[in-house]
Amino acid sequence: MSRLRGSRWVNLGVAILAIGLAALLPLFFGKTDSFMNNAVLALAYVVMALGLNIVVGFAGLLDLGYVAFYAFGAYTVGWLASDFFSKVNGGEGIHVFVEGFAANLPGIHLNFLLLLLVAVVICAVVGILIGLPTLRLRGDYIAIVTLAFGEIIRVFAFFGDDITFADGYKLTAGRQAISPVDDVDLPLLATFDSALDLRPYYWLGLALVAFVLLVNFRLRDSRLGRAWIAIREDEVAAASMGVPLVKTKLLAYATGGALGGMSGALIGSYFTSVNANQFQFGFSIFILAMIILGGLGSIWGVVVGAILLSYINTYFIPDVFNTLPSKLGLDFDLTALNFGIFGFLIVLIMVLRPEGLLPERRRRLELKEGVGADEALVEVRA
Amino acid sequence: MSGGATTPAGNGPADTVGADRILEAENVSKAFGGLIAVSDVSFAIPRRSIVSMIGPNGAGKTTFFNILTGLYKPTNGSVNFNGRDITGKRPDKITSLGIARTFQNIRLFATMSALENVLVGQHARMRAGLFGSIFRPPWVVREERGVREKGRELLEYVGLRSEVTDDLAINLSYGDQRRVEIARALASDPQLLLLDEPTAGMNPEESGRLTAFMEQLRDEREMTILLIEHDMKVVMDVSEEITVLDHGEKIAEGSPGDVRSNPRVVEAYLGSQGEGDAGSSETASSDAVRGEGA
Repeated sequence: MSRLRGSRWVNLGVAILAIGLAALLPLFFGKTDSFMNNAVLALAYVVMALGLNIVVGFAGLLDLGYVAFYAFGAYTVGWLASDFFSKVNGGEGIHVFVEGFAANLPGIHLNFLLLLLVAVVICAVVGILIGLPTLRLRGDYIAIVTLAFGEIIRVFAFFGDDITFADGYKLTAGRQAISPVDDVDLPLLATFDSALDLRPYYWLGLALVAFVLLVNFRLRDSRLGRAWIAIREDEVAAASMGVPLVKTKLLAYATGGALGGMSGALIGSYFTSVNANQFQFGFSIFILAMIILGGLGSIWGVVVGAILLSYINTYFIPDVFNTLPSKLGLDFDLTALNFGIFGFLIVLIMVLRPEGLLPERRRRLELKEGVGADEALVEVRA
Repeated sequence: MSGGATTPAGNGPADTVGADRILEAENVSKAFGGLIAVSDVSFAIPRRSIVSMIGPNGAGKTTFFNILTGLYKPTNGSVNFNGRDITGKRPDKITSLGIARTFQNIRLFATMSALENVLVGQHARMRAGLFGSIFRPPWVVREERGVREKGRELLEYVGLRSEVTDDLAINLSYGDQRRVEIARALASDPQLLLLDEPTAGMNPEESGRLTAFMEQLRDEREMTILLIEHDMKVVMDVSEEITVLDHGEKIAEGSPGDVRSNPRVVEAYLGSQGEGDAGSSETASSDAVRGEGA
């Protein structure tokens, strides 16, 4: 029980099996089945939750502004894969490795691989910027700062249509969506079409999940991952053992942010629109709830938590249980209560199984035996 | 930096005393608000020696340790390590320059295995970064294999049974936790090892073994050791020089014999603690000439 060895091949086996089976799933559903729609979202949320898991689960930095990375990822495709900047290049548009319909539209249009790369870079930089002011802070205070940052970015997105620069270019389209955003265009593959066939999006999402799983597993068992866990457990001891606190924490924020941005880019392309209303504070909590539900720091737990909560949100509440209030003689829409339901689930988990559904061994110990409680040293310099 | 090469241990440490100093602290002070924890302490450690810092509780010994290792920035004064100014440098920088420490209240990463703890100790000696860790090119695989091997060797060196290397630190016995903490400190290839009350909670036999181990580190690994210790027998046994702090000030320093007979030390350190304690330290004094532990 206390041993930590021999899990590597098991994880690899489980990953190959799970992803292999998941890849076959679309064959049993229609091309535009609502199941496929829910599944694409679930995969995007898994990517996002695994990204947040690096910040909160591994490094122990409570980030309540994770929605910022969703926003930046989505706006990356909004800006660089639509006619939003329609006047660039004299109205001709800029096109980089795009084919089909988008190749003749004005505005900037990049290939999706480039979009992913840009989203990753932007979000890594934003992650570092958000991380910088939190470096001297601990616990709750980190949460407050990140929460504020998430909110600042939402407000900028919301009123972005009032912010103009250069030749009257706007920052965002505000409450009106930037739309249409290009469908995903990958090299060697036909351009996706989210109206006719959802399955390519599903497989793309699955590929991203596979990549992000690899990143999570490899980082966890690496020099960097050990440094994150060491910082989470005891900052003072970690620094004294040669772990540079600033660099290590910023790498956690940057990595977590970059993965969130990947997911944001996928969701932006999938919805083919980017709307400032998507980036509410509640979304940060939604993702955080996934990793708490599954088990902080536990990679498989986070995957399970993300899929579960995503399906509760997109399937069980609106489709399965939505008639429940009227059966009880009540008159309201259950979807209006979705955050109440998530909150209730979190309370339930915290009371019955605080370590999460599939806990990580370490975390289970911390909660069961009170290990790793932080005793503050008078003056730790970050 | 040359990590502990093994040269035959023959020439006594006395040869180097006074000549070559690995660490020099000059006029170091530290104030927390109005409280002066360390006041104008100057202090030097000869290379390849074992020196101790003693003093009653609250004398500022651990604060001084924290200044040397970069956890605190001194209010005044400077610290030189190998002729290099390390005053106010970050703890991780100081570790990578070659100073490692243990803590008074063991601060292992409780939910990491013994081996993982030692791997964290090697952080400063590794190169794998974010991309190296994710994509694992061959050199990272080799590095990882290398540090694991070295980690196991170190745990064996400090006497941890190989069955428990993969046990979580929290599940280890107290003595084993102390061992792992020393192995973790050794993992960064330090030239100077700071041990903060390493024998706390040990019985005389275990303390004796640790004393021998410290001498072994000095002789085999050419290490310099600074010790904070309350166990007078250990201090008198192992130290070449002793510095005494009281109320943040240095009140005496010198060989164990000098310090033992210094009236200020007796007053500050022993006199305040009543007859019983003074008596037991008397025993310690007479034991001091003996070699290894009881």
